[in-house]
Amino acid sequence: MISGADTAWLLVASALVMLMTPGLAFFYGGMVRSKNVLNTLFLSFIALAVITLEWVVIGYSMAFGRDIGGFIGGLNHLFLHGVGLTPSPNYASTVPVLVFMIFQMMFAIITPALISGALVERMKFSAYVWFILLWAILVYNPVCHWVWAKGGWLGKLGALDFAGGTVVHINAGISALIVALVLGKRKGYPSANFVPHNLTLTAIGAGLLWFGWFGFNAGSALGANQTAALAFVTTHIAAAAASFSWLMAEWIHVGKPSTLGAVSGLVAGLVAITPAAGFVSPIGAIFIGLGAGVICYISVLLKGKFGYDDSLDAFGVHGVGGIWGAIATGIFACHNATGLLSGNVHQFIVQVIAVAVSIVYAGFMTFVILKVIQAIIGLRVEAEEEVTGLDLTSHGETGYKLV
Amino acid sequence: MKKIEAVIKPFKLDDVKEALVSIGVHGMTITEVRGFGRQKGHTEVYRGAEYTVDFLPKVKIEMVVPEDLASKVAETICNAAKTGKIGDGKIFILPVEEVMRIRTGETGKDAL
Repeated sequence: MISGADTAWLLVASALVMLMTPGLAFFYGGMVRSKNVLNTLFLSFIALAVITLEWVVIGYSMAFGRDIGGFIGGLNHLFLHGVGLTPSPNYASTVPVLVFMIFQMMFAIITPALISGALVERMKFSAYVWFILLWAILVYNPVCHWVWAKGGWLGKLGALDFAGGTVVHINAGISALIVALVLGKRKGYPSANFVPHNLTLTAIGAGLLWFGWFGFNAGSALGANQTAALAFVTTHIAAAAASFSWLMAEWIHVGKPSTLGAVSGLVAGLVAITPAAGFVSPIGAIFIGLGAGVICYISVLLKGKFGYDDSLDAFGVHGVGGIWGAIATGIFACHNATGLLSGNVHQFIVQVIAVAVSIVYAGFMTFVILKVIQAIIGLRVEAEEEVTGLDLTSHGETGYKLV
Repeated sequence: MKKIEAVIKPFKLDDVKEALVSIGVHGMTITEVRGFGRQKGHTEVYRGAEYTVDFLPKVKIEMVVPEDLASKVAETICNAAKTGKIGDGKIFILPVEEVMRIRTGETGKDAL
């Protein structure tokens, strides 16, 4: 039975999640040097093109097709076969299944784009396109199936992931760390000046991410209902709390509160509340947000100690924030589920298992995919191209002109 | 004719321009430039990583004036741009061989 309200809300939510990918492009684009701004924006926008096609051809079917042993969806929805205007019996049964399909597509798009934060200013564009395509097929689709599909083994185990803490953020965050390690540092890192060229752009991007995230989390209730209301509220509160705690940590640590700190913190909070949004109370959301701001701030500081070049902190914010959020869900859950604070130790353990599984799987597969691409076409641009900038050398364009 | 080039602190630009106009300078060209002298640079912190920015933003003013006005112009800029703190900038005075106004083709003092 199709509900007009649910359909309307999920269509709007899909559009909101779509807007997050351009938002991410601006968020990242402002943090690189001006000679690489277009390339950095492009890494997000190309995901809109490539992953949309991948999802239609095979992705939706691998993720939500007929379950095969809990591990992968069958090919019964290849080219959206059977995905039409009637509701699915298994997913969001009050909306046309096409609506569920496109809502899920927006998640599949932004997830590989998140990884781009770790590889900017040095990765060959063609290698990146191959990477996100293979990564979507070999990492995103299976993990999405494990957690969210009917019959998926992590879902059956009882893992809670409301809107993609594991599927989206841990997956992307861990993969980002592996990419940073395999690709190596940018030329001159860390001694040369890698100062963000336009933080106004970054602030605009962060604003769009916050706005879009209401669709991401409240939309994941898959209906215009009470859980959507809860997820909407917890999402907003966690973003605010994390922005505040990150900038306070920074203020105490370096003596000045920074704009970049405030917007990085709000993103960390949104990441952390993602798995928890429909399961925790508004007060739980405050604790998750406050924790996310401080934990992610410490994790980006540690990057300096370890010396890897996760250029825009895709791991530090999405990986670490995602892990904190997934575990915190097992602590604070109290709506439609129970966590550690409600005496459910089992849930907490299941959350830790789901986190560990996705770290190992995404990390290993990312490594393999990168090594294959490296052997066939190489991963990095030439040193000279890196110095000149990728906008001009990869795309024949420049972001800013005098005339 | 002399060319005066002054590198000053950006926030002093309006004061300098007004002082110059009031002594009869009718035109000037400014550029946003970066550089350092004794002031050296400053540090910026992004997500806890500290970067040293060696080249600080300054404004360079350029104008060509008749010989007899040159020292007065320099003195005026000096007074208007001074804060007394390190990093106030410098003034250079250079000889100019010839000037031509593009619209009319006038040369020399008439072109100023």
